[in-house]
Amino acid sequence: MDDVSIDWRRMTRRGLLRQAGMAGLAGLASPAWAQTMASLPLPGGPDERPITGAFPQKGAMILQRTRPPLLETPFAVYDKGVFTPNDRFFVRWHWAVIPTRIDAGKFRLKVRGHVERELSLPLKEVLALPRVEIAAVNQCSGNSRGFFQPRVAGGEWGNGAMGNARWTGVKLKDVLDRAGVKAGAVQVRFNGLDEPVVPQGPDFMKSLAVDHARDGEVMIAYAMNGKQLPLLNGFPLRLVVPGWYATYWIKMLNDIEVLDSPDTNFWMKTAYTIPDNRRADMKPGEAGVKMVPINRMNPRSFITNLASGATIPAGKPHSVRGIAFGGDAGVKRVEFSADGGKSWHTARLGRDEGKYGFRRWNAHFSPRQKGGYTLMCRCTNTNGEAQPSEPNWNPAGFMRNVVEATTVTAA
Amino acid sequence: MNRNMLQLVTLAGAALIAATAAAKVPARLASVAVTLPESTRALPDGPGVATVRNNCLGCHSAGMILNQPALAKAAWQVEVNKMRNVYKAPVDEKAVPAIVDYLTAVKGPK
Repeated sequence: MDDVSIDWRRMTRRGLLRQAGMAGLAGLASPAWAQTMASLPLPGGPDERPITGAFPQKGAMILQRTRPPLLETPFAVYDKGVFTPNDRFFVRWHWAVIPTRIDAGKFRLKVRGHVERELSLPLKEVLALPRVEIAAVNQCSGNSRGFFQPRVAGGEWGNGAMGNARWTGVKLKDVLDRAGVKAGAVQVRFNGLDEPVVPQGPDFMKSLAVDHARDGEVMIAYAMNGKQLPLLNGFPLRLVVPGWYATYWIKMLNDIEVLDSPDTNFWMKTAYTIPDNRRADMKPGEAGVKMVPINRMNPRSFITNLASGATIPAGKPHSVRGIAFGGDAGVKRVEFSADGGKSWHTARLGRDEGKYGFRRWNAHFSPRQKGGYTLMCRCTNTNGEAQPSEPNWNPAGFMRNVVEATTVTAA
Repeated sequence: MNRNMLQLVTLAGAALIAATAAAKVPARLASVAVTLPESTRALPDGPGVATVRNNCLGCHSAGMILNQPALAKAAWQVEVNKMRNVYKAPVDEKAVPAIVDYLTAVKGPK
């Protein structure tokens, strides 16, 4: 198979240094995964999942499903840093026909449809376009689905169907400009190399409005955290849609079609739709709810250095830390509560690596008395949108972003 | 040291940093060939298990079923219908009741 050169000298010094740091971090991933189980824990169960190291280019992952692969990031990984190592990054595929061999020399990215010139770009031509880099959270629409009550069918994720990476690639706009989008274009549709198992099954494809596709932020990534993408995360090319759910981040992207009428394919019109309100909220069994395609993410935050059920010494100061992200905006503020949300204190924010990425936060917690404590964190994004105190519900289990509670005992 | 020499030293320094970092990132997109693991989970025995095995496990492994929460029979009926009508699973209509009954027995409310 032929490989394709990347001119890494064009990277900025700052970018290279960051990547060097990331490579070091990835090296810390523990190989001690053999024969262990993870408990998520999900209301009503089942909440035991094997920890697997059997997947190529991946370290220890929570096995949600072998085929097509659904692999969840063990939550402790998020405590190690704001960038999720490639080999611990969650994996989600819809159909089981996934190419397991990709020849970098023969791969082509097609651009076609409502354009002046159809393109069939070898990787070296994609890589020759001006390079861009962005830190952005990639989160499954159904991240945390397993916490929905009443429970809903689907991939029964805990909170680990998300990750933050520094994506390197080219602007989608630059690729579209090379093809020349014709007047009257309304959407751009993206397809990858994966295929349905059954011939009549709907091929997985997603579309963005043409203005969104050309906003200069949506990109085609060929590296994450300074390395080529693991095959299961979309090698060789993956669409990156900062601030939007991962369903749009088409993996193994090889086909871009400019449309002159709205995309009515199953994965846009029927699947991945949400109640038409900011929280994707409705009542179980509610009828006549207007549904729209899922789109931008909402803010979330988590405590990463303490898990529910932990016992910590009373009468001593503790540092509580975690991660937050603003969704389609930056993190404006994270607040911490040690009394189940009765009182809130502003947490200290870590370095800003980019508005679409994870942001580290820290707070102090000194349990004076022995007993139980309910710890909470709440992110407000730069649009002024805060995490709600009540969970949302919808039948697909999308867009959970309630303030999460971590219950600990001081003893 | 004249200006040219200074530039040379600076360039050498930058090159050193680049070379050090580049050693930790690939210099190219390398072709990839991998093998994906097979599922090792089996469906528990029970009436209809062979029908479920034959009709459902072509598209997804058993873990997808076994990790689901307890769902009532009506909810399992919805899921099986979705697999047939939306995802075009080639499941004979006559096989549907046995599949729904098995799923309700194994993954229904207890």
